[in-house]
Amino acid sequence: MMAAVPIAHVLTVAAVLFVLGVTGVLIRRNVVFMLMSLEVVLNSAGLAFIAAGQHWGQPDGQVFFILILTLAAAEVSVGLALILQMFRRFGTLDMDAVREMRG
Amino acid sequence: MLTAFYITSAVAIVATVMVVVGRHAVHALLYLVVSLFAVAVLFYLLGAPFAAALEVIIYAGAIMVLFVFVIMMLKLGPETVAQERAWLAPRTWLGPAVLSAVLLAQWVWLLGQESSATIAASEIGRTIPAREVGVSLFSQYLLLVEIAGLMLLAALVGAFHIGRRREGRGS
Repeated sequence: MMAAVPIAHVLTVAAVLFVLGVTGVLIRRNVVFMLMSLEVVLNSAGLAFIAAGQHWGQPDGQVFFILILTLAAAEVSVGLALILQMFRRFGTLDMDAVREMRG
Repeated sequence: MLTAFYITSAVAIVATVMVVVGRHAVHALLYLVVSLFAVAVLFYLLGAPFAAALEVIIYAGAIMVLFVFVIMMLKLGPETVAQERAWLAPRTWLGPAVLSAVLLAQWVWLLGQESSATIAASEIGRTIPAREVGVSLFSQYLLLVEIAGLMLLAALVGAFHIGRRREGRGS
């Protein structure tokens, strides 16, 4: 399949998704939404990798997308475990409630 | 082909906006699934069918199911929507959103302007089948596969340790 898509447009889409994800991390106070925005950020990085790999016609872009996928899976499992523990201890999902660094 | 690419990009961006500004966690999660599907279609259109399949199976399948389970365990009632609405006041989001928009505008301008001769003129190439990806992954990047395995093991142990219910300890 030949896709005559200019790479600058793909990178622009990736940039828009990245900035949306970063904005989500910045403006939300709910931890679940922050984690979802982080997923968007990682996904946009994957899109940029795929675009670059396809641009050069090499499989390396897809290889690095697989590694990003692994990273996202690991990050989400640890992050969701942290969210569960936070909800058990504080009874809220408010990020500002977790500012006392006690054990 | 080009039209399909732009329609899918628009779907991905709109769905992502709905995730970022969403009030209800489950609704935002469904929009996130739509966004991931759209990105999978983008991968397919760009000529990376294996990455598209992985995106659907692992991202939209496994990771989102994990999110759904955790949101179900959190027992979020209808009052959380009102709480979200209170937390997401314009006073809170206006500053970061405007600054991010400025950065995005600069980024898009650079992509269109700076390297128009080298990047914007070039186009996406051929379809790369799963076989080439597999050969590259398990020959050239074998060490990275090992490191990814170690990272998954560490995440497994870490998630088990953190998510464990501690009886009689802690606050």
